[in-house]
Amino acid sequence: MKRSFKIHNSDNVATLIEDANAEPVRVLGATQETVISLIENVPLGHKVALSSIEPGGLVIKYGIPIGVATRGIHPGEWVHLHNCHSQVDERSSTLDIETGAATDTVYE
Amino acid sequence: MNEITWQGYLREDGRKGVRNYVLVIYTVECASHVAHEIARGEEDVHVLGFPGCYDNAYAIRLMLALARHPNVGAVLAVGLGCEYTQPARIAEIVRQSGRHAEWFYIQESGGTRSSIEKGKAQVRQLRTETRTQTPRVPMTLKDLTVGAECGGSDGTSGLAGNPVVGAFFNLLVDHGGRAIFEEIVEMIGLRDVLRQRAATPAAERDLLVAYDKTVRHCQSVRQYSVSPGNFAGGLTTIEEKSMGAFVKGGQRPIQGVIRVAQQPPGPGLWLLDSVPDNHFMQFGYTNPNDTEGIMDLISAGSQIVLFITGRGSVIGSPIAPLIKVTGNAATFERMKDDMDFNAGRILTGELSIEKAGLELRDLVVSIAAGAPSRPEALGHREYFIMYKHQDTPSLQEGCRA
Repeated sequence: MKRSFKIHNSDNVATLIEDANAEPVRVLGATQETVISLIENVPLGHKVALSSIEPGGLVIKYGIPIGVATRGIHPGEWVHLHNCHSQVDERSSTLDIETGAATDTVYE
Repeated sequence: MNEITWQGYLREDGRKGVRNYVLVIYTVECASHVAHEIARGEEDVHVLGFPGCYDNAYAIRLMLALARHPNVGAVLAVGLGCEYTQPARIAEIVRQSGRHAEWFYIQESGGTRSSIEKGKAQVRQLRTETRTQTPRVPMTLKDLTVGAECGGSDGTSGLAGNPVVGAFFNLLVDHGGRAIFEEIVEMIGLRDVLRQRAATPAAERDLLVAYDKTVRHCQSVRQYSVSPGNFAGGLTTIEEKSMGAFVKGGQRPIQGVIRVAQQPPGPGLWLLDSVPDNHFMQFGYTNPNDTEGIMDLISAGSQIVLFITGRGSVIGSPIAPLIKVTGNAATFERMKDDMDFNAGRILTGELSIEKAGLELRDLVVSIAAGAPSRPEALGHREYFIMYKHQDTPSLQEGCRA
């Protein structure tokens, strides 16, 4: 089974240590080992929700809020630019979801 | 348990070094070739310098802090002869610190060949003096100041590399040592976290002042320290990247903020502010490259610097040994000659963060005792000193606070 890593007790996301498809993965780290069933592909270094997050709810990693859910997020769902935005950097929600490239820069 | 001790070098100001180097400092780019040729092939002789012809208060403070670093036993300052920065003044201040120092101008010494010959004779003499005259004394962790910097980060840095350095910082602080971390640009979004970690109301005020200055800086350049590659690698927000960088500071209270060339006034964990202060020329840039941050950490008296790199960097540093920590086991294997510590083992469950922190402490101690770090063994001594403006620390700050 593939592996993910939960850093802090209060985190509601874990980080994938290897690329995974929609499949059960191990959750290592801060708490006793558990398993989360991914409902979609989540690549290495990306995050999976470990529990339901309400729209406007905080995404917690390292025990601190790293952003706000822009819509409801299910357990096992990929958490990234499409459903989470920064509370500081207003540009973050405009970035391309796959590449992270800026979409607000004019080239002409 | 008995306290861990090793032999260091005692300086007149009471600080102790883990190396005993002769430093060649050039005062303008025009003198850099001669300076490097003087040091070439000479054991324990390192080089750094400032490229500008017009002098800069920040750069002079930085060079004087490095010239009087506990790992430096003696200094040779070399100038061309027409620049603003004065090698004679550098040598004079170094002598006042109890170290031997020499200086000369290339224009007064007959040009390249004879200047190299003269400089080589001088560094050999200085090396003999500092080797024979510097008292050896026992050192413990409480005599150590260690800096931490990350660069070439990847998804493992926040998960493994930085937390292991944080675990070591906890141990160092608990033993009465000094730990310094920087990169405030990568603390955006952590205002409340910084506030909670402040050791005193004064520290809280200083942390928030430094934080707010950094936010203004990022807003004015319209860029936070996060890139498309970071997002593609799985980082969603600057807050997430910030926290991944911040964990290298460990979990102990932050005693306050120091600026470049300023020593921590007491033991514990300190934050180094390398962001430029306001100046009519809008001088300088924050963290232009990893080497600049490492120089800043050394200028604050770090005898050793830990460098966390997930993707794999190959830099080193003069004066203070650089120790490479990677959280990426594949990088460790691929770049074995360059990497000192494999923190990737905590991701496979092979090692706990606490055990890895203890292992890293043992490595730091062995390198402090004289074993070469990987970058040292490979001869890496990159340095970078730039024009910048920072306000001189006021008398109310630092050790008088």
